[in-house]
Amino acid sequence: MAHGTRVARALNGAKMSIEARSITKSFGSFTALRAVNLDVKEGELVALLGPSGSGKTTLLRIIAGLEFADAGNVFFDGDDATERSARDRRVGFVFQHYALFRHMSVFENVAFGLRVRPRRDRPAHREIEERVHELLRLVQLEGMSQRLPSQLSGGQRQRVALARALAVRPRVLLLDEPFGALDSRVRKDLRRWLRQLHDELHITSVFVTHDQEEALELANRVVVMNQGRIEQVGTPEQVYHEPATRFVYEFLGDVNIFRERGEDPRHGGIYVRPHCVDITRQPGGAGTLPARVQRVHIAGPTVKVELLTDVGDLVQAEISQQQQRRLVLAREDQVYVRPVESRAFDEDYSI
Amino acid sequence: MTSAPAQPDWTLAAPTPARAASAVADPPWVRVLLIGVALVFLGLFLVLPLVTVFAQAFSKGIGVYVDAITDPMALAAMRLTLLVAAVSVPVNAVFGVAAAWAIAKFEFRGKSLLISLIDLPFAVSPVVSGLIFVLLFGAQGLVGPWLIEHGVRIIFAVPGILLATTFITFPFVARELIPLMQEQGTEEEEAAVSLGASGFQAFRRVTLPNVSLGLLYGVVLLNARAMGEFGAVSVVSGHIRGKTNTMPLHVEILYNEYQGAAAFAVASLLALLAVVTLIVKRVLEWRMGRASRAL
Amino acid sequence: MGLLRTRRSVLPGFGLTLSFTVIYLGLLILIPLAGLFVKSASLTGAEFVAAVGSPRALAAYRLSFGASFAAAATNAVFGLLVAWVLVRYRFPGRGVVDALVDLPFALPTAVAGITLTTLLAKNGWLGRYLEPLGVSVAYTPLGVTVALVFIGLPFVVRTVQPVLQDLEPELEEAAASLGASRFDTFRRVLFPTLWPALVTGFALAFARSLGEYGSVVFISGNMPMHTEIAPLLIVTQLEQYEYGAATAIAAVLLMLSFVLLLGINALQRYGTRRLAGAGEPA
Repeated sequence: MAHGTRVARALNGAKMSIEARSITKSFGSFTALRAVNLDVKEGELVALLGPSGSGKTTLLRIIAGLEFADAGNVFFDGDDATERSARDRRVGFVFQHYALFRHMSVFENVAFGLRVRPRRDRPAHREIEERVHELLRLVQLEGMSQRLPSQLSGGQRQRVALARALAVRPRVLLLDEPFGALDSRVRKDLRRWLRQLHDELHITSVFVTHDQEEALELANRVVVMNQGRIEQVGTPEQVYHEPATRFVYEFLGDVNIFRERGEDPRHGGIYVRPHCVDITRQPGGAGTLPARVQRVHIAGPTVKVELLTDVGDLVQAEISQQQQRRLVLAREDQVYVRPVESRAFDEDYSI
Repeated sequence: MTSAPAQPDWTLAAPTPARAASAVADPPWVRVLLIGVALVFLGLFLVLPLVTVFAQAFSKGIGVYVDAITDPMALAAMRLTLLVAAVSVPVNAVFGVAAAWAIAKFEFRGKSLLISLIDLPFAVSPVVSGLIFVLLFGAQGLVGPWLIEHGVRIIFAVPGILLATTFITFPFVARELIPLMQEQGTEEEEAAVSLGASGFQAFRRVTLPNVSLGLLYGVVLLNARAMGEFGAVSVVSGHIRGKTNTMPLHVEILYNEYQGAAAFAVASLLALLAVVTLIVKRVLEWRMGRASRAL
Repeated sequence: MGLLRTRRSVLPGFGLTLSFTVIYLGLLILIPLAGLFVKSASLTGAEFVAAVGSPRALAAYRLSFGASFAAAATNAVFGLLVAWVLVRYRFPGRGVVDALVDLPFALPTAVAGITLTTLLAKNGWLGRYLEPLGVSVAYTPLGVTVALVFIGLPFVVRTVQPVLQDLEPELEEAAASLGASRFDTFRRVLFPTLWPALVTGFALAFARSLGEYGSVVFISGNMPMHTEIAPLLIVTQLEQYEYGAATAIAAVLLMLSFVLLLGINALQRYGTRRLAGAGEPA
């Protein structure tokens, strides 16, 4: 950890807050962002979470200066940076497909931002060398400095991209689906690693992802976006347990919807997570519904049970292996289900 | 401290392998027959002419050969040919790079029209190409008389040859770089800009190295065409020996004067250039890792 | 410049490179071409028709067209064969043969011209065998066609080769597993896929042959009404200072080339569209 804090001090510029006000952006007839507002505090790690087309990558690129908004402003520490070019914003950007310079070695890639500085700002050759090696140590790619990107694995390339972005001491780090192109095992490892890195360096960071698990695991705060608008901003606990809209609830995990008989499927209904469904062999009084087991299968540490209620709703429940040993559920069993924790939404579900 | 991923996670794309023998291969007799016919056809149309050039060049002995290529008129023709290449190659290379940058890195209206216009010289007969410059700059042309009055001779002089050749060879580098730069996209340049590079720095340090092989390829093809152009140059040059004859024109003159061996001697130098061009083209294609394409 | 851009980009240099490109294009290409049309417009209608429709001109078009078509057709057949052999089979010297296919591109046309003439003349290495058979090649339309076959050879090969290379073996394996013979597989599965590329290659060879001058002018003998190709007719008129007639014929030739170029571009787009999505995962 001593090494880390030393590195953190050596690598950090001042941290910076980001403010986006009323950002609107269209591509031809497609509106990507509709008057979006976003606040990112100094040192925070914020996730922009949403499906494709939600506008999250567009928002990130506008903050970076790689796109220009049709309307709205971007402020860095209170300064209006809206018209500033990407070059002048001092943001570190990590691309989904790495965008490493294919003809340059790892060393040259990481050193690039330092080499292109105007002569008076450019560090001496030795200084550049030290900085690059320090960064390569940080991302654990020492000894790879002479390799070409084509000789690296996906995870290694992503780490080079990160080192390259950090080399210029950005005040903000922006990552566009940084682990999207990697295998799931590598993704999990890198996720953990990024979290630790952020804990050491404390650079204000914003990353884009469509993977809710990733957002919940990494971020201080999650911004859920859909169709160019922000649906909710909150801590991972808040967006998972207190979703503000149906969309947030459905996007952040599996969902069961319990309805009264004959209710319009687009309105009403109560929303229940699979692990909040209680299954019993005896009727339990108010709130219990009879159901027939359709399928039971093991899914890693839990057991997934599919049931069909009397009113025809499909319910997906998740129980522990202990519970299954006690209940011994099997196909065609007649049981009773009861939602333990649930949520209802008043507003209309807009399509 | 932070622990790196434990397992290797190679996601490198494998290079396209040569086509393996499959279970649906053609029967041997078919293969032999087809290969045989193809080789005979190519032998007649390609190998035989190539061999003939050199055979005819030396048919009257080494002495005649050497005399032919050291003849002052021949040397003047070689100098002019080299000059033509020295002018048209860099000029069209710069154009090709600029056009490819504009087309590949930006979105704008009229892009496909621009690309079609760049292809134009390919559609025009070399003779017509020469003709249009005669119509413009010739003694009876649109601006010709005015220029001649001011002492500027274009047609039947070296500038006309340079112009015509530059026109003919103008698409080569552009056509090579445009699809290449389009394929490479803009991400690396965006990364460079986000790291603080100016436009020119991004171009010089990121784009240029990425297209260097493609640029070289285009230049090699351009050069071969520039040095070998006959039809257009024939029209604008006036065939003034020692002054406005390029090597191909010189070959024509010698041939028409029944100096066959001498004509072939000079022609053999051009044929040698062609062979070298083919070799370099091949090497570059291999380095770029792709199959031969139609020009 | 803002009017032109459909999307504001972060990369600089748009204004500079586009202006340079457009100015260069304008000066080098458009203005001279405009000169052609201005000049041909200066002819009266009757003069134009007389030049373009004279018996000599018509004979020249017939020869250029006919020989180009025949040559392109020959190249279509043999080019397909050569491409097939190069992609599918392994034999010693294959790499050299593959490189050699580009020779007509790289060799100056004048060199090709005198070489073919020397080969095919009565006492040439090939001509001496054909002469007793009653086949005269040099100084006949047949000679013109042979020269055009040489010129157009790489076009079909190089257009078909990439398509052949990108063919998935799974297609043929599927056909075989369903019981098709090799010939049937070729006829029903492979050939339709190759057809657009073949047509494109044919069109490219045809367009090139129409305007070809250097390699033909030696072997044809240039006898008016018999072996005079259209480009040569233009040159002859020029040498006789018949600028008007030369321009008129050139304008016709140019128009034809434009139409062909547009057609080829459309063919290439059609070809790529048709092949995209064939056999790709859903």
